[in-house]
Amino acid sequence: MKRLILLATTAVVLASGANAAERTKFEFWYGLTGDLGEVVAKHCQLFNQSQDKYEAVCTGQGGYDKAEQNTIAAYRSKQHPTIVQIYDAGTVNFMLSGAIYPATKFANDYKLDIDWKSYFPGIANYYATSTGEMWSFPYNSSTAVFYWNKEAFAKIGKTEAPKTWAEFGEDLKAMKAAGVPCGFAFDFDSWMDLEQFSATNSIPVATLDNGYGGLGAELAFNKTAFVDHMKDFKSWLDAGYAKIQTKQMGKDVVQAFADGTCAATITSIANHGTVHNTQAKDLKWDVAMMPVIDAAKRTNSMVGGASLWVMEGKSPAEYEAAAAFLKYVTAPDTGEKYIAENTGYIPVTTKGYELLKADGFYKDPKRVNRDIAIASLTASEVTPLSRGIRLGNFTSIRAELRSELEAAFTGQKDMQAAIDSVVERGNQILRRYEQTYKGVALP
Amino acid sequence: MEKRATFSNLWLAAAFIAPQMLLIFVFFYWPSGEALYWAVTLEPPFGGGNQWVGLQNFMTVFEDPKYWNSVRVSLTFAFSATVLSLAIAALLALFVDRRLPGHQVYKFTFFLPYALAAPAVGLAFRFIFSPDAGFVSVINQAFPGLWNPALNGYDAFTLIVLAQSWKMVGYNFIFFLAALQSIPRTISEAGAMDGASVLRRMWDIQLPLITPTLFFLIVINITDSFVDSFGIVDITTSGGPARATELMVYKIYTDGFQGKDYSLAAAQSIVLMVLVIALTFIQFRFVERRVHYR
Repeated sequence: MKRLILLATTAVVLASGANAAERTKFEFWYGLTGDLGEVVAKHCQLFNQSQDKYEAVCTGQGGYDKAEQNTIAAYRSKQHPTIVQIYDAGTVNFMLSGAIYPATKFANDYKLDIDWKSYFPGIANYYATSTGEMWSFPYNSSTAVFYWNKEAFAKIGKTEAPKTWAEFGEDLKAMKAAGVPCGFAFDFDSWMDLEQFSATNSIPVATLDNGYGGLGAELAFNKTAFVDHMKDFKSWLDAGYAKIQTKQMGKDVVQAFADGTCAATITSIANHGTVHNTQAKDLKWDVAMMPVIDAAKRTNSMVGGASLWVMEGKSPAEYEAAAAFLKYVTAPDTGEKYIAENTGYIPVTTKGYELLKADGFYKDPKRVNRDIAIASLTASEVTPLSRGIRLGNFTSIRAELRSELEAAFTGQKDMQAAIDSVVERGNQILRRYEQTYKGVALP
Repeated sequence: MEKRATFSNLWLAAAFIAPQMLLIFVFFYWPSGEALYWAVTLEPPFGGGNQWVGLQNFMTVFEDPKYWNSVRVSLTFAFSATVLSLAIAALLALFVDRRLPGHQVYKFTFFLPYALAAPAVGLAFRFIFSPDAGFVSVINQAFPGLWNPALNGYDAFTLIVLAQSWKMVGYNFIFFLAALQSIPRTISEAGAMDGASVLRRMWDIQLPLITPTLFFLIVINITDSFVDSFGIVDITTSGGPARATELMVYKIYTDGFQGKDYSLAAAQSIVLMVLVIALTFIQFRFVERRVHYR
């Protein structure tokens, strides 16, 4: 039986090999998993069916961090893919790697007709070097938005989401008085708590324009409004207005919001679809821009998600195939529209956005207001502080922050002391990173 | 005079041991050597351009209070999990050895947990013990806030100790049972005829006679809790809350694979390796003296 299966498989492989003999193959690795991973795999299939010259061999790596780890390991043994999907936090490692083919140069060399100006500035700036050249192709992009339960807010007579954090604090108090058991679900994710908060209020996370100015940057968030912001969270927690929801508790913030446990949360717009698919039956909810400190001075939120990097050291034939693929997956109709339709991610260019609007995409009751993410990303001109964060080994700094916030929120440590400690240890991490790349300038 | 089988042809002898030596070289000496090289240099993630930094990585590791925290957590974890799983396994084995009705079924079911991979165990424990949604959430409804491994470090630590012990119980059980069954029945029966109760026979006859197995299992359990506990921690607590469950092996993973600081992780691996070797050495040097082999 086994032998029979083996024979059959061989026959199939041979047959398909014969069919695809003339196709140029190249490898594409992606980090998305689960439903989202299937969307990427389907994207590859669609590309392969759309033409008969090239074939993308697409392999899921089982997670964003795994995709980065595996690509590094593969590069070191010269087995790396031609294109790889790398998450936002991996951007700086790839820029300094010397292992990549910068996107602008690649597009030039292989005649990819890309209108770089068309990318939303908040997105373009994030993936660009200090001189403004984009080194990777934005693929799946998101940003953080405020999810709120309309019925819970209706109990305190509100029909709109709070615009400022102070207003939100008042709402939480009123909701508690009105008998809402949990007004706000939060966790210790630095992306929402620190990074998006700092970007939307235009306050620094680190010196040297959050690290865009060079590897010598130092963390600065222990002296900004971030500390008071976290103290507010703590007081909301202590007063019983808010709850910590992590996957270790059994429900993360998205689940706690979708099943109606908590009346509001802040998370990625990419979860918009998830909330719809998993929500409690009659939950009435909407999304809005994150609250800020001063509504008149709102700046744009930061992009999250991942982009596609072209790796160096491949043959021109493979690059040609890769170019065709990139053209397909970044085009407004076959790329952006496909991603936006099948996931909660947003279009990344004005052209893609216009196309979706013209199609009535956001009229669908399931997607109403999903483009609030675009409003949030384009809320202001991109400032040096809302542009992004370019710090070495930022994953470790995020982990430090999480640990110390856990200590502070469980009362083991004072908030200021905890954040001071993150900054001190984070700076040691940055200095090690700087030393590792001694003599290398950040592009 | 003692008779010995020897090889007159040394080359043939060398050829016989070569495959094993090759395996040890490829899977132990080579990676360890590489780790040592990384530990004394600064290694960029994508390779190339290592800078010699001497002992700087080790200094960074030893000067970090959070590292000493992970050493403390690891040692406490190894001790608690080993004692707990050995005690439970010995108890189970002693009773199965009494051939109570259904002992064959017990023998089979007790061993099953060991067949599970650590991450699977972690996932199961996360669901069972999650404070909001798990089976244990019933307790929290009766006594709010009593159990919360996501926020309370002691609860989280208890959780990983339970998971690790549960995983190892089956393995320990099989070894204990085999040891118990190799004790000649006549000894126990003689004790019984002299009027010793069941518990007295277990305590005075059976347990002393299985000390070689106990010693072997202590070594295996401690080593396993140092190097194989990663999956459990990663799935249940991710080292939190506030580093209460950050074992040395998990810190190596976060620094090396998530942080991509390979040199720092390599230095920590070397320290961990030395520690495990030292612990094993101590066990053989001092504990083994009290073990009587038959």
